[in-house]
Amino acid sequence: MLPKQTAERYILSSSPHAHADASTSRIMLDVIIALLPALCCGVYFFGLRALILTGTCIAACLVTEGLCRLAMKRENTIGDLSAVVTGLLLALNLPPDLPVWMAAVGGVFAIGFAKQVFGGLGYNPFNPALSARAFMLISFTGAMTTWSSSAWTLSAGSTEAVTTATPLALIKKGAEGFDWSQAALIKDLFIGNVNGCIGEVSALALLIGAVYLLVRKVITWHIPVAFIGTVFLYAMFKGGVPPLVHVLSGGCVIGACFMATDYVTSPITAKGKLIFGCGCGLITMLIRTAPTGAYPEGVSFSILIMNALTPLINRFTQPKPFGKVKK
Amino acid sequence: MKTWLAFWSGIFKNNPTFRLVLGLCPTLAVTTSLENALGMGLAASFVLVCSNGLVSALRKVIPAAVHIPCYIVIIATFVTAVDLLMQAYLPALSESLGIFIPLIVVNCIILGRAEAFACKNGVVESLADGLGTGVGFTLALALVAAVREILGAGSLTVWGDIAIKNVYSDTVVLAILPAGGFITLGLLLALINHLGAVQARRRGAPPPLPVNLDCRHCTLCPNGK
Repeated sequence: MLPKQTAERYILSSSPHAHADASTSRIMLDVIIALLPALCCGVYFFGLRALILTGTCIAACLVTEGLCRLAMKRENTIGDLSAVVTGLLLALNLPPDLPVWMAAVGGVFAIGFAKQVFGGLGYNPFNPALSARAFMLISFTGAMTTWSSSAWTLSAGSTEAVTTATPLALIKKGAEGFDWSQAALIKDLFIGNVNGCIGEVSALALLIGAVYLLVRKVITWHIPVAFIGTVFLYAMFKGGVPPLVHVLSGGCVIGACFMATDYVTSPITAKGKLIFGCGCGLITMLIRTAPTGAYPEGVSFSILIMNALTPLINRFTQPKPFGKVKK
Repeated sequence: MKTWLAFWSGIFKNNPTFRLVLGLCPTLAVTTSLENALGMGLAASFVLVCSNGLVSALRKVIPAAVHIPCYIVIIATFVTAVDLLMQAYLPALSESLGIFIPLIVVNCIILGRAEAFACKNGVVESLADGLGTGVGFTLALALVAAVREILGAGSLTVWGDIAIKNVYSDTVVLAILPAGGFITLGLLLALINHLGAVQARRRGAPPPLPVNLDCRHCTLCPNGK
């Protein structure tokens, strides 16, 4: 996006001369709007605490962004709203009972260490919000895996065992004799009446946001469909827990629709996006179903790993220039 | 005077970790606690001083064609001595440093000083250079380790005496994991480069460039223009 004075002059650039009302701040605003249903659901299920955490994360991200730009003597980029999106996404990926100072530390890490040290928006190799989440999961393991806010109890089955666990932790533990295919569970998972991070619980709210982004053409269908499709197929062939439970639980939907589709850290071409989505889904399921692994959830790690592979995918899916003769 | 300069240059101007960016393997691997870092730094310093002195004393005897094997033999001798001494007198430290003590043999700082300084200068200057570089290496390791230990373990331990204990309960565990080593070292390098640039600006000189940084390909700061 050009500064205003420059934009008003005549600019000679190469074709196509299509004009689109797209700017960084407009796209970021769309993402914020698309995340609002998920935030509302989080506040509804986990109470005001979720809102406090979200506010803390956004404030920490904005302050860090401003200070970093000031220290580097470069133009201020608070206005492009990317720091708000990072803060919001980070908050939606945190457990609702996290101490507030930890959320602030996460926000500082997301902007300061995962984004601005590389040069700011557009230069970061990894998704800032997910980097911060991975950092917090490793650093504050206890607080990041404590789920007690929501009084999630299943309408049938072994209730006392699951009140403080997420569905995925239960899958990892291998709850014996638990009826995974009951309709009440699927409904709870879809609406969001389960334990989990603030924004990941309600698949319905996330899908509403994703449809908005698709309609606004902020994202394309490739990454979410490839991601969720791979998870579904893997779970189907693996057997055991129904594929729908795997798709609806944990961070699968928020990861596929909002995190993996980050412009900066995902491939450019449609073919590349499909590879990227499949890779994310595959690694997610490998982590989730690994019998020896310690982590019940693998969405954040899978997206980070695929972020690292993005330049490679871009290189291999480079489209052939029109009219180029094959050697 | 030259001896004095050789000593100080190893600590600040040619600090092996922060200025030459050499010997990163031990810098990243053993800086999980201040105790390990000091042990590693002192062991490497001992080897550095002894090998520098011996290489310098033998510099007219060693044939140029086989000088590297000769240096390696000299260095390996002292490393073996350090390894055995540590096993005998500091078994706990030897245990926690593990393979990194024998690996001092291939530490590029030691071979680098032998090749760049000791083979061209007198014994006294070479000893001073080895001591300065060793002290510089030890200080750098201690700095990295202190940051990592305070953040990651919430304490600071020196030879069994706990200097700082439980600053806070929720520590940033990442700091003492390998990734934290890279992040801490990167931040300290950035800080020291920044301080160097500020100092140079005050003197009116162009800022000293970090090793291997080519300003023509980087647009991050106005240096390249």
